[in-house]
Amino acid sequence: MTLELLQGSVAITRAAIAADCRFFAGYPMSPFTPLLEAMSRELADTGGVCINAESEIEGANMALGASAAGFRAATGSCGQGIALMQETIAEAALNETPLVVFNMARNQQDYYQCTRGGGWGDYRTITLAPKDITEAVEHTQLLFHLADRYRAPVILYGDDLLSKTQVGVDVQPLDLPDLPEKDWALDGSASGTGRSRQVWTFAMGKKNDPGPGPDGQWKRVAQKFADLEQVEARHETVHAEDAETLVVAFGSAAKFVEHVVEELREQGHKVGLFRPITLWPFPGAALAQVTRGVRRVLVFEINAGQMIDDVRQWTHDRDAIEFIGGVSIDEHGLAFGPLLDAPVIAERILAAHSPADVLTARS
Amino acid sequence: MTTTDITIDTRTAPPPPSTKAASAAPSLILGEHSLCPGCGEPVALRLLLETLQELDVVDRSIGVVGHGCYGSFVRIMDIDVLQCLHGRAPSCATGIKRMRPESVVFTLQGDGDMVNEGLQEVLHSAARGENITCILLNNGVFGDTGGQQTATTVLGQRTKTSLEGRNAADHGYPIPIADLVASLQGSGYVARGAVSTPAAVARTKRMIKRAVQSQLDGNGLSLVEILTMCPTGWFVPAADGADYQGSSMEPVYPVGELKSQEAERA
Repeated sequence: MTLELLQGSVAITRAAIAADCRFFAGYPMSPFTPLLEAMSRELADTGGVCINAESEIEGANMALGASAAGFRAATGSCGQGIALMQETIAEAALNETPLVVFNMARNQQDYYQCTRGGGWGDYRTITLAPKDITEAVEHTQLLFHLADRYRAPVILYGDDLLSKTQVGVDVQPLDLPDLPEKDWALDGSASGTGRSRQVWTFAMGKKNDPGPGPDGQWKRVAQKFADLEQVEARHETVHAEDAETLVVAFGSAAKFVEHVVEELREQGHKVGLFRPITLWPFPGAALAQVTRGVRRVLVFEINAGQMIDDVRQWTHDRDAIEFIGGVSIDEHGLAFGPLLDAPVIAERILAAHSPADVLTARS
Repeated sequence: MTTTDITIDTRTAPPPPSTKAASAAPSLILGEHSLCPGCGEPVALRLLLETLQELDVVDRSIGVVGHGCYGSFVRIMDIDVLQCLHGRAPSCATGIKRMRPESVVFTLQGDGDMVNEGLQEVLHSAARGENITCILLNNGVFGDTGGQQTATTVLGQRTKTSLEGRNAADHGYPIPIADLVASLQGSGYVARGAVSTPAAVARTKRMIKRAVQSQLDGNGLSLVEILTMCPTGWFVPAADGADYQGSSMEPVYPVGELKSQEAERA
């Protein structure tokens, strides 16, 4: 293994190229910008195409077109830019075009946006939230695979830290199973044969190949996402088996929480971490299992409380849940970005883990 | 209560529909369309399909189509098609053409599609010099939704959202999109045709052919704006559509070639 000191955005770019990404289009918006810059530098060297699009809407649709032509394609932005892309993400879900979207977010306020969408139709987006750059390299490659496998839009929920931090990383191609040929892709070769192809959300097909039609297509797509919930939910736990207090966190924040949990364990506190790796499908069944024996479930996220909805849905004792995150945990009010602070996280966990009154009431 | 003097003979079957038009259709049309009587779009689409056949590029043609009346035509058009959202066709076509430079990529959009929602897409694609061919079917209204005002509705024209006729004070001025595209360096061929008379149809066919040839020559974005009739959306009798178009639209949107590499070289 050879480690190379790379900025996160460059590492993700290399991972995308290793996954045979051939097309990228995006519009600059911090902290997504370094990824667009890295793509523009590195993708052309491999014979691929990177376009600095004139808007997020155009970038997303360029990627949709490239993907419909049968090539691995991606786009990206963050927050408000992803909001503009939602119409395309929904379109890709319903016309079943693979699309990889990199959300290099400013904080964790994009949770609803990534897991609930904002476009039209009965669709969801597989969303992976890596805790660090090494994992982001794996997730990037996995996402291209999942997008093709399920013919669906997928999102990498990154952030400022993943975009800009430099770490030693070794980008190796993942060994993933083979996928079927893209016999649905548009290359023009079927034009004039009476069996020309068509990609669209209504799926009414051509005269000689009528297709399932809107009703059949939308039911089929909805069923696909329902099935995905059963098979693609991923999570990780740290010291969860005997935890009295379990903290639920995702992405870079989870990495900080993991560090704090290890520290508190050394001090003798029975705390643990549950980290959803896929934000959708949310690993709810696993969370339900893990939270059976715990006294407190704390939700730490860098927003005003979004993932906590999913946690509430799957935790048996709702009274045990407490939100300990915030839009910013910077007590001095900078209030922008993922301002993570291990001592503050430790303080908040301990305050909920061992208040005298709760222990008395429950013992 | 009054009664009508119309009697319906239920004993004999109605005469069969004429098959003359269908038998003369190019082979890339797989059946009959469902557009309104008097609509100009079937003629325009037929010209496009005939052109692809005549230039022998059918087996590498990919269409990118927005949403509008012509969407129903796509089902019987024997061409690979990506049907995308309103306005987005030039962006989607960009992605396709960049990855498959050997293919012939065309977009098919109405005026609501291209000039309202997709104004940014078509202008930027032209500015980038994307080597695609854009066909605009301009009837001056949103036909699919029943005749509302679009960005190309001419002053004075009555629509469902400008019942007294479009006036500049309330609704602004129509956008001559072909002129805008022609003014950009990245466009190679731009023309405006019509399908209201046999002569106009023949001329428009030549324009489409030059536009696709321009793409084959790698001259950047080519655009043919085709003025089409929409009697249903205009609230005029089907038979009056062509005259109405000629008298209302063509003075505002003069037909002819606006930009041609051949003309410049000559």
